[in-house]
Amino acid sequence: MVYDLTDNLMNIPLYYIWKNFLARKLTTGITITGIALVVFVFAAVLMMADGIQQTLSSTGSNDNVVITRKSSSGEITSIIDRATADLISTMPMIQKDETGKPLLTSDAVTIINAPKKDGGGLSNLAVRGVSENALKIRNKITIISGRMFTFGARELIVGKAIEERFSNIAIGNTIKFAGDNWVIVGIMDAEKSGFESELWCDASQLIQAFNRVDYSTLTFRISDNANIEQLKALFAGDKRLNQYEPENERKYFEKQSEAMRLFIQILGITITIIFSVGAMIGAMITMYAAVANRTTEIGTLRALGFQRMSILIAFLVESLITAFIGGFIGIGLASILQFYSISTLNFGSFSELSFSFALTSNVIQGALTFTGIMGFIGGFLPAVKASRMSILAALR
Amino acid sequence: MSMIKLIAKNSFRHTLRVILTIVGISIAVLAFGLLRTVVTAWSAGVAASSPNRLVTRQAVSFIFTLPYAYKDKIAAIPGIDQVSYFNWFAGTYIDKNQFFARVACDPETLFKVYPEYQLSSNEKAKFMSERNACILGIETAKRYNVKIGDIMNIDGDIYPGKWQFVVRGIYTPRTKSDDATQMFFHWNYLNERMKSDYPNRADEIGWYVIKIKDAAASATISQRIDNLFKNSRAETKSETEGQFQQGFVASSGAIIGAINIMSYLIIGIILLVLCNTMIMTARERTREYAVLKTLGFTGKHLFTFIAGEALIISCIGALIGLSSLIPIVQGFESVLPKGWFPVFNIENSTYVMAGSSALLVGIIASIVPIYRALNTRIVDGLRFNG
Repeated sequence: MVYDLTDNLMNIPLYYIWKNFLARKLTTGITITGIALVVFVFAAVLMMADGIQQTLSSTGSNDNVVITRKSSSGEITSIIDRATADLISTMPMIQKDETGKPLLTSDAVTIINAPKKDGGGLSNLAVRGVSENALKIRNKITIISGRMFTFGARELIVGKAIEERFSNIAIGNTIKFAGDNWVIVGIMDAEKSGFESELWCDASQLIQAFNRVDYSTLTFRISDNANIEQLKALFAGDKRLNQYEPENERKYFEKQSEAMRLFIQILGITITIIFSVGAMIGAMITMYAAVANRTTEIGTLRALGFQRMSILIAFLVESLITAFIGGFIGIGLASILQFYSISTLNFGSFSELSFSFALTSNVIQGALTFTGIMGFIGGFLPAVKASRMSILAALR
Repeated sequence: MSMIKLIAKNSFRHTLRVILTIVGISIAVLAFGLLRTVVTAWSAGVAASSPNRLVTRQAVSFIFTLPYAYKDKIAAIPGIDQVSYFNWFAGTYIDKNQFFARVACDPETLFKVYPEYQLSSNEKAKFMSERNACILGIETAKRYNVKIGDIMNIDGDIYPGKWQFVVRGIYTPRTKSDDATQMFFHWNYLNERMKSDYPNRADEIGWYVIKIKDAAASATISQRIDNLFKNSRAETKSETEGQFQQGFVASSGAIIGAINIMSYLIIGIILLVLCNTMIMTARERTREYAVLKTLGFTGKHLFTFIAGEALIISCIGALIGLSSLIPIVQGFESVLPKGWFPVFNIENSTYVMAGSSALLVGIIASIVPIYRALNTRIVDGLRFNG
């Protein structure tokens, strides 16, 4: 027998599929709920991984270059001494501002403990000392209330995310560290990037207070006619600089998220594989039962002239519809998570990083593909069984 | 007796569906066990900590150091048995992706405060007598295939420069939950080099570990230590080892919380799969139940039939799931970046929780079908047509 597909598509008893949903509300409802839960968990895990990555990669800018000590694992373990910092700051590849000063900030990064609001005890906060041109280089930052700290004073501005999570963090309050009181004078917004989880102050004040001499990292705006590869070659070839490493700022912060993202992804993939098998089995059980319960009906349909292929497609479509209803509910529930932000210890910087669940198009595509596969595999075998029934046996 | 036989026969009447349900449940139990294991591994440090140990660190943050001179002042406080000290060395071994703790220690007191790290007396003596000797946990030694006498080359970051250590011992943990991944070397070796290269960083301690005689006195002793250095340039924060570890876990609390919620959602999913099977099964047997009722079987009997069947299915599923948990957990650990979890074991509580939730699910899943079976009138049941 040769089937004409278009002809068969016309012959699918769609109205019959719809009636079946209504006839078995409870089982169909349970299957849909199950698939919705699976898709929800799947999407939530992916959203978490994407959220961390988005937060950190938006922290850096493609126009900036970070210099760190080669062997350092993060900003806090990087050390750049003053002589090297001076040497780097005179390089011609650095863009100048309107007054001719290099667009460069020498940062000193450290960690302090602060009590969290939710009674979660103490947590690590990154404190970043910056130079005067810092806001020109990192132009995502705006002061949303209060004012910028004064260079030369022991003042702080704090990221929005910290203000929400830590107690005692508000404009006018003081934080005691390094044997001195630091006054909070402003709150900054950094377009949801990692800087929103930091405290900023004057780098030279921070270095003095902690009795240090060296900076942690240097960040500068690279001039239009230079590129990162040239810089890398230059550093590698210079005896005074070959202990240090230039990196695109965006890439640098992205790398810091790698460990955490990898962990969540591996966990996510493992759980998803396990789950999808479970959900397919759930769909299969429902569909097999649907076929078994409707033996007589299938026989009748066949006797009425519906082809085997039409029956197969009808059951497959039923399974896919069930899966997609569940899938959309799952994605819908997961999209609510976007409005929540959570925080974690970022192992790259060893301080707390706040991030939101990100519903990216990748997540939606992934979840829908996953739903489709579940519906198809779950429905295929039962549909084959239905289509292979002989009219006589079925009607008996 | 015959009732049990009937339940067992009934359970496997619809072989394909029952097998699918069992596979579904075992997979869910597996996922639940895996997630719980991740959660418990995260707080393994807390579980392995001893109530007899205090950790004293710089009050502002553990990345700042304390003077070496604090050691004798702390030791003079009554109730203290032993004072040991450590510096976090970090550095790069091979490349930046090789995580394991690299710590400078005082070899004399290390084994007194951490009796769970076991080293033969021969290796111990060699480790103590050689200035640049180090010891490795057996897990790390296996991972890099390092033998006694090998050289460990490490590129310093916090302590810049090239560093070389000779492996003089490989320690084993006393129990599975103790960390067997760390590397320890002489604090003196580090300090001498700091004295010549960075004199302002000499005689600095990362954290003190203090063994106390009576665990009940931990709060008072912590307080006394902190009071001792109040208003100095380097104020201290002392707490029990458990609280110290908890601090790290708490920072990632949100992610752990999310994983925890997921693990309970999975129980929900098992419930849905089993509910579905039981409802379908009972629906198909509506006529049979009516016949049974006519023959004089009571509601109690019907309850036993349905709940018994659900429990058999859920228990078999749980057993299969739990028995495949060990290989899956091992597989998961092998794809994770090495050193992420120093300790990655399936806790007994995980088995208990997974098993008991499967039982609970079996009972809940039979509620709807039992309700329906009891409330169908015999006449309607006999008339029922698939």
